[in-house]
Amino acid sequence: METKRLITRRRAVIAGMASVGGFLLAKYPKLPPTYGNLLRMGDNLTYVAHRTLLPGQSLVREYAESDITSFPAVGTTNPGVTEKTDLGDQYRELQRGAFSDWRLPVEGRVASPRTFSLSDLKRLPSRTQITRHTCEEGWTAIGRWTGVPLSVVLDAAGLLPSARFIVFHTYDDGIDSIDLLDALHPQTILAYGMNGRDLPIAHGAPVRLRVERQMGYKSVKYLQRIVVADEFDDGGRHGNIQNGWAWYTGI
Amino acid sequence: MTSAARHPRWVRIAHALAAVSVLTLAFTGFMILMVHPRLYWGDAGNDLTRPLVELPISRNYKHGGWDEGIAFFQSSSGPTSASRTYDIFNQNGWGRSLHFLAAWGFLFTGIVYVAIGISRGHFRAHMWPAARGHYGLLQRSTYAAVVFAAAPLIVATGLTMSPAVTAAVPALLRLFGGYQSARTIHFFSFVALALFVIGHIVMVVRSGFTRQVRAITVGE
Repeated sequence: METKRLITRRRAVIAGMASVGGFLLAKYPKLPPTYGNLLRMGDNLTYVAHRTLLPGQSLVREYAESDITSFPAVGTTNPGVTEKTDLGDQYRELQRGAFSDWRLPVEGRVASPRTFSLSDLKRLPSRTQITRHTCEEGWTAIGRWTGVPLSVVLDAAGLLPSARFIVFHTYDDGIDSIDLLDALHPQTILAYGMNGRDLPIAHGAPVRLRVERQMGYKSVKYLQRIVVADEFDDGGRHGNIQNGWAWYTGI
Repeated sequence: MTSAARHPRWVRIAHALAAVSVLTLAFTGFMILMVHPRLYWGDAGNDLTRPLVELPISRNYKHGGWDEGIAFFQSSSGPTSASRTYDIFNQNGWGRSLHFLAAWGFLFTGIVYVAIGISRGHFRAHMWPAARGHYGLLQRSTYAAVVFAAAPLIVATGLTMSPAVTAAVPALLRLFGGYQSARTIHFFSFVALALFVIGHIVMVVRSGFTRQVRAITVGE
């Protein structure tokens, strides 16, 4: 009798797990395709769990002016100096002109590709938020960011129905992407101001991304180009994934 | 050997899975801490702010590789920005992903273990202070504290370090006093768990290592 009951319970557990798995596969038929190994499968489990269990667009905590802290600048702190590439040369040139010649193309799966100058972005509706930057290294810092919601910029270009990922190319030779849920989140902004001034070069001038529900490294600095994609693009050697880093870092 | 020392199969499987995940979590957790071996209280803390403690566990300890800071505001005593000039130790690319993979294993094992343990009266029989079983009172309360206090605290403070989770459940940040407080509690509650594991192994060795290891693995 004891043995029989055991098997029934185990079958119930297996059936339950299979149905949860089936549900998730049906809801997310296309996970990032470069995720082949065990670690990246764990990342995908986190991604699917967050997207399934957490409410869609809840806001991160916003702080008071008096909560603003010192803010380390890490990674690339000046692409004009650190990147010995065409992009580095271009960045140095833009810097000489105080970024007045900087242009941000928004292209790919959009109805009307657009190019924005810094003053174009500043004319769009703005959002200011005092939020916590959470670095994967373990430190945190609170800063005030001013910018235009990414959703406003994407609306202006008009997302096509097949659009699934927003890909960011940067002057420090990086490529990274986020999904539409994070892209359309109200606190996801293209920031041109920090702590009441123009965004400093060390923090990503002239414009950086802020993705407040993920680790700091997803908030890429030195934006150069935005591409709307319907397929996942790991960015090759320019991306984080092939360098061993998780794509989804809500954790 | 008394019959109480013969562990049921589900306990033996849960014990093996928990041991593997805790060891992996300890290893990767230590490696993650090596990247930023400073602990703080509150929501924010970084190399430019004052830490609660600094641990000399990697070359990142007090590395001092920062250029001179620039004040964000008029006041020179206010917040500053400084750029890092030092190539830090950082293996978080795989370290974090392995930590979270092991955390999933720990969580699933814990949920199934507690569910079966409650439904079979395992905890009532072996861990309740009033239980009359194989274990002494101190041992029973220690096991209960690990399962029902330390492990949930470690999981909850771990989740508080997830910006996506705290956006959905801001109460976690209030409960633990902020992100960095949660990180500090996460570390010290793990230290408590590690001390338990050491004590646990000492007891196993002293009460007959071979017999106890057989009891928890093959169950004989």
